[in-house]
Parts: sequence; C-alpha cells; structure tokens
Amino acid sequence: MAHAATAEGQQHPIRLYLLVWGWLFILSACSYLVDYVGLQGVLRWSLILLFMLVKAGLIVAVFMHMAWERLALAYAILLPPLAVLVFVGIMVFESGHTLGMREFFFAGV
Amino acid sequence: MPDVAPAPATEIAPQTGGWPSLVADWSADRHAFRGVSWGKAMMWVFLLSDTFVFSCFLIGYMTVRMSTTVPWPNPSEVFSLEVGGTNFPLLLIAIMTFVLISSSGTMAMAVNFAYRRDRLRTVLLMLATAFFGATFVGMQAFEWTKLIHEGVRPWENPWGAPQFGSAFFMITGFHGTHVTIGVIFLLIVARKAWRGDFDTGRKGFFTSRSGRWEIVEITGLYWHFVDLVWVFIFALFYLW
Repeated sequence: MAHAATAEGQQHPIRLYLLVWGWLFILSACSYLVDYVGLQGVLRWSLILLFMLVKAGLIVAVFMHMAWERLALAYAILLPPLAVLVFVGIMVFESGHTLGMREFFFAGV
Repeated sequence: MPDVAPAPATEIAPQTGGWPSLVADWSADRHAFRGVSWGKAMMWVFLLSDTFVFSCFLIGYMTVRMSTTVPWPNPSEVFSLEVGGTNFPLLLIAIMTFVLISSSGTMAMAVNFAYRRDRLRTVLLMLATAFFGATFVGMQAFEWTKLIHEGVRPWENPWGAPQFGSAFFMITGFHGTHVTIGVIFLLIVARKAWRGDFDTGRKGFFTSRSGRWEIVEITGLYWHFVDLVWVFIFALFYLW
C-alpha cells in the first residue's frame, strides 16, 4: 500500500516528497522571475498570489499531510483562517478612508 | 427506557471519507479528531493560532502601506545584492527562500524515515534541516546588519515611508524567532531519536512520558509551518 495514514503514522513514497520539493523550487523561481523581469500591474499581482497559494497548498497538503488527515481535522484547521480574509477586507476599507482623510487635510503639506 | 452502555469507540464503524465522515466525527460525542493523537491535534491548534498572529502582522503592514501618502521604498532595490559589480534584485531573499524550501524537503523525508524506524537517516535528515534553518537565520542576520548600516530604523529610513522599517523588523524578526526556536526543537528531538528514546520508551525530562516516533512528525508540522509563513512573507512583503 503506497499511501496510508494509519495509527502507525503516515507512509508515502519518498518520490512524492522529492516531486513536491522540485515543484516548490520551480514555483519559487517563477515568483522570483516575476520580479526579475519587472512585470507590473494586474499580471504581476495575480502571478505572485497564484504562485504563493499553490506553494502554500503543496506544503500543507503533502508536507504537512493534511491531504490524508480526516476531514474533521482538515476543516477545523483550514476553515478558520478564512476569517482573516474578512479582516483584510475591513482593513482595506479602513486604509482607503485614512488615505482619503490624509490627502484631504494634508494635501498642501 | 433500556439502560444501554455506550459502545466502545472502536466498535462504531468510522465513516471513511467525505462529508458523512465529518458529520459523524463531530457528532460522535467522542474525540472529534478520530485517530489523531492529542499531540498532533494540539500542534495543529497552536499553528492555527500562530496563523492569526502572522496574519495580524501582515494585515498591519498592508494597512500602513495602503494608507500612507509617502511613497513606499521599492523592496526590489532595497534588498538587492551586488555580485561582481552587477546588482541582483532580491538575490539574498531568493537564496533564503530556496534554503528554507530545502529544509522543508529534508524534514518531510525525516518524518518518512521516522515512521520506518530508520534511526540513522531520520537523525541525519533532521540535522540537515536544522543546518538549513541555522543558515537561514544567519543570512537574515546579515540582511538586518546591512539594512541597519544603511540607516533603516523602525521609525525612519532613507528611501520613503518610515513604516517600512517597523513592518520589516517586526515581520522578519518574528519569523526569524520562529525559525530559531524550530532549530532548537529539531536538535532536541534529533538527540532523543539518536539516543533511541522512541524505541526504548525512555521518559522525557519535561513531560515524564515516553516519547514516540510521532514527535518527529509533530516537529515537522511546526517546521513546515515556518516555511509556509515565509511563502506569504516572500510574496506579500518582498515581491509586492
């Protein structure tokens, strides 16, 4: 049995880890290249965020074995961080307001 | 009403997957995390709380950066490194990223060998992981020294918005602390593995409980988390 998450622990072929390791290298190189070649605008942000999320997904799913844990654990751990997105939204709104006030009151300073 | 004793947990057939298993596990009036040791579950809960700590740092950084009227220093230029007369943007940061990813790779394999009870390979891979981690911290110390010499302070810097320094020192400092603690954690567990504690059931100094090979996986969870946080810092602080 190649893949097993039992009481004895996680057992997966070493090849899988090497494969993920390789992909993490490639994705990191890609995100570095985005900066190196100087991409700007929407393309830059979408590529950086895409590479970031894929790398994070690979680490959590394979290296941290979340892909083989029971759903009860996976959802307990992976769902709460979504609340962070709400916080991000609130603070984006707040920052826009602060910036507007600063530009309005300190425009000539 | 018949008084029926609850069946032992093992007799309740576990749902094997999908949403029914999620509902069954959470409504079982038993362990919600079936088959997961308390050590592993608690490490995951700790990592979840740490996720919120780092999220708050990154959101704070986002807020000051978005709300300042002063231009933000260009990280691509600030963190460039001169090699042989040419300036490479973010070169040191890229090397640090590769070092940390490599340490995650060696850690993942250490966990694998730990479950195969391969003491020698487990210890060697954990030591390699600790070495990569220490290298990472060393390069970070070099980077901090360079920036401090260039005049970056938590309240000012020569290139633009003063908040740059405070965000930089807070975020990378907190992450560097996590890496340092991780290296110490790795060395302690590697020593126990080498001594054979997990085979002989020797009691731990601190917990007075017998160690198990699973502690290698739990250490690994912490270590991969440190790498995971760096993925976000690299993208959001250095590349943004």
